[in-house]
Amino acid sequence: MESNEVLIDCRSVWKVFGERSREAIGAITGRGLGKQQVLREFGCVVGVSDASLQVRRGEIFCVMGLSGSGKSTLIRLLNRLIEPSLGTVTVKGRDIAAMDAATLRETRARHIGMVFQSVALLPQRTVLENAAFGLEVQGVGREDRNRAAEAALAKVGLSDWIQRYPRELSGGMQQRVGLARALTADPEIILMDEPFSALDPLIRRQLQDEFRQLAKDLGKSAVFITHDLDEAIRIGDRIAIMKDGVIIQDGTAEQIVMNPADQYVVDFVAGISRLHLVKAHSVMIPVDQWRRQWPGVSLDSLPQCSPDADIDALIGKITGTGSDAIAIADNGRIVGVVTTRSLLLGVRGDAEPRAAA
Amino acid sequence: MTFNPGAVLAPSIDWLNANFHGVFAVVTQVIETVLGGIESALLVLPAGAVIAIVVVLAFFAAGLWVAVLALGCLGFCWIGGLWQASMQTIALVVVAVAIAVAIAFPLGILAARRARVEATLRPVLDVMQTVPPWVYLIPAVMIFSLGRVPAIIATIVYGIPPMLRLTTLAFRGVPNDLKELGQAIGAKPRTILWKIELPAAMPTLLVGLNQCILLSLAMVVLAGLVGAGGLGAEVTRGLTRMEMGLGLRAGLAIVAVAVLVDRLTRGALDPKPQLP
Repeated sequence: MESNEVLIDCRSVWKVFGERSREAIGAITGRGLGKQQVLREFGCVVGVSDASLQVRRGEIFCVMGLSGSGKSTLIRLLNRLIEPSLGTVTVKGRDIAAMDAATLRETRARHIGMVFQSVALLPQRTVLENAAFGLEVQGVGREDRNRAAEAALAKVGLSDWIQRYPRELSGGMQQRVGLARALTADPEIILMDEPFSALDPLIRRQLQDEFRQLAKDLGKSAVFITHDLDEAIRIGDRIAIMKDGVIIQDGTAEQIVMNPADQYVVDFVAGISRLHLVKAHSVMIPVDQWRRQWPGVSLDSLPQCSPDADIDALIGKITGTGSDAIAIADNGRIVGVVTTRSLLLGVRGDAEPRAAA
Repeated sequence: MTFNPGAVLAPSIDWLNANFHGVFAVVTQVIETVLGGIESALLVLPAGAVIAIVVVLAFFAAGLWVAVLALGCLGFCWIGGLWQASMQTIALVVVAVAIAVAIAFPLGILAARRARVEATLRPVLDVMQTVPPWVYLIPAVMIFSLGRVPAIIATIVYGIPPMLRLTTLAFRGVPNDLKELGQAIGAKPRTILWKIELPAAMPTLLVGLNQCILLSLAMVVLAGLVGAGGLGAEVTRGLTRMEMGLGLRAGLAIVAVAVLVDRLTRGALDPKPQLP
């Protein structure tokens, strides 16, 4: 389902909070002031600073940052719950800052669903009525909206609970209702604002896997906010790391772990297990380098793996076959060799230095 | 040096009287008609039948205990010989509360949305609540002359502040994420108000309504001084003639009505199966 169609395009977006935000914006554009100077000169807090990101169709884009990093502000800029101070956000090719109130409502109702950390279920309504609420405010008739809501609740495994009230459900189940509510309106994009943060770890992992599966099956794009890098890695196709309102790095989990942009990211990824994250193509050494090191061994005698095999699989191969090296074959052509040495470095998160003897 | 605001106010009230007499006459007419309608509706059936209806309704709306309480309270008013006066008082309270809510509710919402409106209203409300209530009766009587209408006007003035304050509080207290939800699903502001904010604000609004009713009841009794009739008139009579028995009976009847109205509104507005 993944394609190159960009659904959300967010370019150099700033959000400045404070009474003198207008002047501060002027200074940012005119004099190129940074966050710190803005705070010092105007007393304005920069929530999001020069953020650019693109979300493509079918892609799950994670924004990872600690509290106060501006990630919740950023996600609200994407559906204009917060007005950007500067920069443009286009959704499906249309600038949402230029939309009038009715068009904006229409866009939110049809194209951008949202799931909240606090779930935000209406306590006086049943699970079914909550899930159907989005369609209800759009004026869809009771039968149609209930049918859509039942289908969405079935997708999240809550078919037996539709007549219950939210308070009768556990936290995990409530968040499933929140997800079902977003799915009922069948939007292309779902904004997930730390949806699983308040859940206990086991339920959280289960929901992470289910959410990813569901999003992929239905072909939804998602922007997923989290403060948990493990979660971002489990769920995200791409990850952006935010700190102090700035996106300091974005890329796939593997790119971020193997090439952290700065010390902050290094510290973050330090505790992350590489076993399933790092793939053979990141730890292999070139064929001629291997030939120089092991002149006597024939390449064809080595066991083979694909470049997408992860470290866990490579370890399995090496321990299983007893060979010290694995040839990495891409479409029948050998593109590199993983040795035990490069594998060990990969586990630690370092790439094999190319020129190493 | 002395400053007498009455010296300024009295002429302006005279002026109002002279120039807007027609308007006040219409207001009087409307209030009298509505009041008379409610009063005769309450008195058209024999007291026993009314009590039976209220008890049954109380049972289904608020449960057995409130039904028993209703029986006790209304029964006391009846056997105390104050049935008609009690119904007149209830009619006065119903009309006064309806008008007070109609004024306070929209203003309260507005104050919850705009800090400036609240800042403007707050001192006005403070004055309304702290000025001794019978002071309102003076201009009300000057304009509407003696009777039930000035009593209602003064009661409305007295009933507005609690309702308005608690409406503001109730709408301020609506969780922000629920409002965000409304916006995020593309709901119109009116839809957000009726389907999200109002249900979430309801518990506090009901407290406001309850307070408004009880304070209005207290004021309506005070308004017996200006000929509003009802239980207030009985109390006034007991006071002026130094009749301990009458005063006590009327006083207890007021307590009975107050307790009944309080429990009924609370019971009916705190439904058992819904709302956590």
